[in-house]
Amino acid sequence: MAVQNNRLTAEEYEQRFSDIHPPFETRDAALVDANRCLFCYDAPCTKSCPTGINVPKFIKQITTDNLKGAAYTIFSSNIMGGGCAKVCPVEKLCEGACVYNLMEETAIPIARLQRYATEPAIKGQWRMFERKQRTGKKVAIIGAGPAGLSCAHALSREGVDVTIYEKEAKGGGLMTYGIAAYKVTPAFCEEEVSFITGIGGIDIRYNQELGKDILLSALQEEYDAVYLAFGVGLARQLYIPGEQLEGVVDAISFIYDIRNSGFPAVPVGDQVAVIGMGMTAIDAATQARRLGAKEVTLVYRRTQQEMPCTVAEMDIALLDGCKIIWLAAPAEIIGENGKATQLICHSVRLEEDNTGRRQPVLTDEKIVLPVDMVIKAAGQMPFEQLIYENQLHHNGGKIAVTGNGVTSINGVFAGGDCVNGGKEVVDAVQAGKEGAAAILAYLQADCHVSSSH
Amino acid sequence: MSVAVIKRIFMADISANFLGIRSPNPYWLASAPPTDKKINVLRAFEAGWGGVVWKTLGSQVKNVSSRYSSVDYNGSRVMGFNNIELISDRPLAVNLKEIAECVRLFPDRAMVVSLMADNNRESWHELIKQVEDTGAHGLELNFGCPHGMTERGMGAAVGQDPEIAARLVEWVMEAATIPVITKLTPNVHSVVPTGRAAVKAGSHALSLINTIQSVTGVDLDTFVPNPNVAGQSTFGGYCGPAVKPIALKMLTTIAQDPVTAKVPVSGIGGISTWKDAAEFMLLGATTVQVCTAAMRYGFRIIEDLCDGLNNWMDEKGFRTLDDFIGRSVPTLTSWEELDMNYHIVANINQDKCIHCGLCYISCEDGSHQAINLSYGNPYNTYTIKEEECVGCNLCKLVCPVDNCITMVEQRHGDEYLNWKEYQRRGGV
Ligand SMILES: Cc1cc2nc3c(=O)[nH]c(=O)nc-3n(C[C@H](O)[C@H](O)[C@H](O)COP(=O)(O)OP(=O)(O)OC[C@H]3O[C@@H](n4cnc5c(N)ncnc54)[C@H](O)[C@@H]3O)c2cc1C
Ligand SMILES: Cc1cc2nc3c(=O)[nH]c(=O)nc-3n(C[C@H](O)[C@H](O)[C@H](O)COP(=O)(O)O)c2cc1C
Ligand code: SF4
Ligand code: SF4
Repeated sequence: MAVQNNRLTAEEYEQRFSDIHPPFETRDAALVDANRCLFCYDAPCTKSCPTGINVPKFIKQITTDNLKGAAYTIFSSNIMGGGCAKVCPVEKLCEGACVYNLMEETAIPIARLQRYATEPAIKGQWRMFERKQRTGKKVAIIGAGPAGLSCAHALSREGVDVTIYEKEAKGGGLMTYGIAAYKVTPAFCEEEVSFITGIGGIDIRYNQELGKDILLSALQEEYDAVYLAFGVGLARQLYIPGEQLEGVVDAISFIYDIRNSGFPAVPVGDQVAVIGMGMTAIDAATQARRLGAKEVTLVYRRTQQEMPCTVAEMDIALLDGCKIIWLAAPAEIIGENGKATQLICHSVRLEEDNTGRRQPVLTDEKIVLPVDMVIKAAGQMPFEQLIYENQLHHNGGKIAVTGNGVTSINGVFAGGDCVNGGKEVVDAVQAGKEGAAAILAYLQADCHVSSSH
Repeated sequence: MSVAVIKRIFMADISANFLGIRSPNPYWLASAPPTDKKINVLRAFEAGWGGVVWKTLGSQVKNVSSRYSSVDYNGSRVMGFNNIELISDRPLAVNLKEIAECVRLFPDRAMVVSLMADNNRESWHELIKQVEDTGAHGLELNFGCPHGMTERGMGAAVGQDPEIAARLVEWVMEAATIPVITKLTPNVHSVVPTGRAAVKAGSHALSLINTIQSVTGVDLDTFVPNPNVAGQSTFGGYCGPAVKPIALKMLTTIAQDPVTAKVPVSGIGGISTWKDAAEFMLLGATTVQVCTAAMRYGFRIIEDLCDGLNNWMDEKGFRTLDDFIGRSVPTLTSWEELDMNYHIVANINQDKCIHCGLCYISCEDGSHQAINLSYGNPYNTYTIKEEECVGCNLCKLVCPVDNCITMVEQRHGDEYLNWKEYQRRGGV
């Protein structure tokens, strides 16, 4: 059958891509869990949330039927608290630190409660924040992803006028174009963006790409400060023979299509190999299965011990029927008539290097996988060109910053994936907050300087 | 594989003897809706209840609709229960006939009938005569109903005035030939004066407590307190788990008073488990009565009430209830008698600690700043500053982990030192 789209019925698509973490259906159900929360002091869950949401406080507010207060507690630390509740890998964040784990009891379902508290606010587009009086300051932001939106909201609250330049036609960044379809829907992402911009003072200009439609130098002229939040790009090249064959795709583009074109339009093979074992690889593998691929195999150079994804994520792939081949390094993709037919891997042994880190060493043994599709998901590439062109200091393509997102160029700030190389939404939101704080400090100092002249 | 059949063999005997009123266990259903008709009482007996106090009989009344309300706490429903019901609203003749049938069908169970006649000698005499004809084993005088009846000069109004109570008991004793129990109201400063008056007037026994006057809450949308009767409410009677500590205290004062201590007591108020019952008995109750727990969960709770008590008695080596009834009474003393040399300090078992910080914040804001926080991410470490710890128990009470915080004895001196002696020595 080979690579083909439209494999399933409308109902099958709907069922396979339905919400993987369904919400509480009733207030009673939410209260059973909310009431289990111990209301810890200096709570480990809060400390393990990158945005520092006061978890015990909002859960307590749920128990007192103060849902509006709960929502405010969440949003005042994390304006994407609604989306984070659906996409955060909580097993390694808040829920992973919940003290119930130490009693060997089920952790409080913090994300689910967070969703319970935020959903009405987003659905109802509650007006929860007031802008301070306009300061007359203007800031340009590149990218309407989590980092850009979070920064924009924090600045707007302080009376700064924000213009966001976004190369896509919709906001949300990878929330809209990257995250697995069974975690968030396009409709939700749109609602979340309008919830955030609902505060006013944030103008998003879509289809505007930095480096093409606009230039940093022009923005520096026009605005008091610039915040770069353009994320990272496509999956890394493998640099192996056969990479150009038909059927070899990049995970980010594959997922972009799923999120952007609708499930039936996305072609998928019968026998799919996914290279990598990070979050993106898992999402590509599970979604390829759900689109109707017969066999999906994840190929990873190291072992479960070293894999970047969490066990919970790996379990999603395993439960979807994906296979994993550990200790295999892709060597070549063989094709017939220009189409991929086989993935050849070296079998790998791990050996400790002089730093004590276990490094993969190729062996002579080969693994041959029959494939009609190969999805590359071994890390994402930074937008190196943008960074070189604008002469930003960087570390291997990641923008170098000091403290709260201060770049090597005066008045230019950065945060999110483009700085950290690709973490989670919640990290990008925090980066946006910190960037806004740095920008506000900069603008204030600036004021001071000009008034003293 | 053969399955071993485990037969439960209890050594302890949990049968009760209350003034000669015998029951296979000390659990009676308190006078309330579960005991207001034959089909209820028969099912209760079938389930295993030791006895019942039949719903209070007296003059004809009528109840309103919307009668109960409750207090929920942290997701637990009905921590406290409140009602505005009156005494039995069924015709007296029907009640009497049904009581007789229950006595006949279950002769081994205690049948006590609760009474609240009009305030005159003839009414009481007439009612007692009719009830005794049913074959009932005892009478309980309802001097405790806190609502509805009070306005008519009955119930709690009687129980609040020792003189009136004594007069009524005297009338009752003139006619009664079976044991008489006087049920006390908690809506007084102390239950002892009425208890003494009743005993001096001849009451064979006491029971306590009836319900406590209450307003359980106000509806924040309608602004009407609950239960809502067409936009109004009225003071109700509070019972259920929330009232147990108050009932235990009142029970103890009765058990410690030289006059009232002479008669047996049936303990009531918030009993839901065998543990509650054992506590009432340790503080002097010969039998116990249950209302709210049975209304909430049904008669089936009797199984664990008996089973748990039996197992505990076996574990403690008690053969009969008399082995422990009243055993804890002497340990409740006045504050001045407490040993000032006794000192305990908290100890946190670091292996069990889950780092919730609840001990820290309670001691910090609620008590003596005797817990040290050493920062960690995400888990702080908490240790006791022994020199600051006054041994108040607060941290141990709030700790969610069993036996994580223990109180360790560190006496200030070897000998017993009470307040008077402490003062005599000039406070050292
Ligand atoms: C497949 C995949 C799955 C993921 N799953 C999860 C998950 O389940 N949970 C989780 O928490 N995180 C997940 N992440 C990570 C998360 O999506 C990112 O960490 C987060 O979106 C980063 O936010 P950001 O704002 O820094 O960048 P982005 O979300 O990438 O936003 C950058 C924005 O900038 C725009 N842009 C880029 N270049 C330009 C330009 N030149 N000019 C103008 N605009 C530009 C982009 O179009 C985009 O809108 C996943 C990532 C991937 C790739
Ligand atoms: C709905 C209801 C009706 C009651 N009616 C009577 C009554 O008629 N006579 C009486 O003496 N006590 C009555 N009581 C009080 C109970 O007998 C008992 O003393 C009280 O509920 C405390 O016990 P508990 O905590 O187990 O419920 C009633 C209690 C309830 C809840
Ligand atoms: S934002 Fe994410 S990490 Fe933070 S509390 Fe919510 S679900 Fe947990
Ligand atoms: S650690 Fe768990 S129990 Fe403690 S406050 Fe956080 S969610 Fe509640």
